[in-house]
Amino acid sequence: MMSRLLAFLQFWYDFVVGDDWRIAVGVVAALALTYGLGGAGVPSWWLLPVAVGILLPLSLWRVARGSRGDGTAGSNTR
Amino acid sequence: MAMSSGALFLAVFLACVVEAVEALTIVLAAGTSRDWRSAITGVVAGVAVLAVIVAGLGPALTAVPLEGLRLVVGGLLLIFGLQWLRKAILRASGLKALHDEDAIFRTELASARAAAAGGRGLVADWYSFTLSFKGVVLEGLEVAFIALTFGANQQNIPLAAAAALAAVLVVTIAGVAVRAPLARVPENTMKFVVGIMLTSFGIFWGAEGAGAVWPGADAALLAVVPVVALFALALVAVLRRSADMRATRTHLAGS
Repeated sequence: MMSRLLAFLQFWYDFVVGDDWRIAVGVVAALALTYGLGGAGVPSWWLLPVAVGILLPLSLWRVARGSRGDGTAGSNTR
Repeated sequence: MAMSSGALFLAVFLACVVEAVEALTIVLAAGTSRDWRSAITGVVAGVAVLAVIVAGLGPALTAVPLEGLRLVVGGLLLIFGLQWLRKAILRASGLKALHDEDAIFRTELASARAAAAGGRGLVADWYSFTLSFKGVVLEGLEVAFIALTFGANQQNIPLAAAAALAAVLVVTIAGVAVRAPLARVPENTMKFVVGIMLTSFGIFWGAEGAGAVWPGADAALLAVVPVVALFALALVAVLRRSADMRATRTHLAGS
């Protein structure tokens, strides 16, 4: 029963978060900042594009640094 | 907005084609190596499960206030989009193996042939049934999510459903005609485009849902989509160049 529950949770974690949890955390943090800035009356539309401009290259850089170009980076789904 | 409707149809159609091609490969492996009837029963059961999920979630999503929906769904679409885009960039730059339906088909075929035979209840071959069922549900779940969230945000679930159905129909007809994995479908390019669309709409809706006001309102999407596309292409170019430089250094060190 416990292993099934863990498998179920693992499935949803993989489904939503994927290979790099830092991207999910970064997106949630950027959304919270956007909300906070917007609430303070500061224009905040630029924050998510900037977050993507930082999160995506960082995630790719981590893979590139750990890979020797053998085509084995990450899982092969999605 | 016509651009948003066109983008909605394109994103859902392409995402659905990609996932349907992958599901077709699994079903073909189950059917050709073991038992077609059980494999098709698995497909029908998988489609029924997806239909129940869509029928349950669709009305629920349309009942959520648009701003809250855009915050949650925009965030999820952005996370999804960045994962798709990340893998597409890694594939395009040679850091990850390209998705190869022929190779996947051969692997699935070998596993299916090696598995033990046996049925349960009305299903003659349980392995074929579960392989097809899982293939359809797992590949279809993501598309159902994309179609529902895009459709709900655009307040046009019927258009999203039409795009998904059109894609399934096209892939099914092609699969029946070819009776082999659809290896010629440019899956990797399509995944790149889907990643760009999901990321762009995730940025747009996520920011709107969090209370941001885009300059130019909906017209901002006309800038967000090309900027994300150019940024992704630039990342591919940078990664390719660094991989080439690394290969040259390795070659020089070895000679």
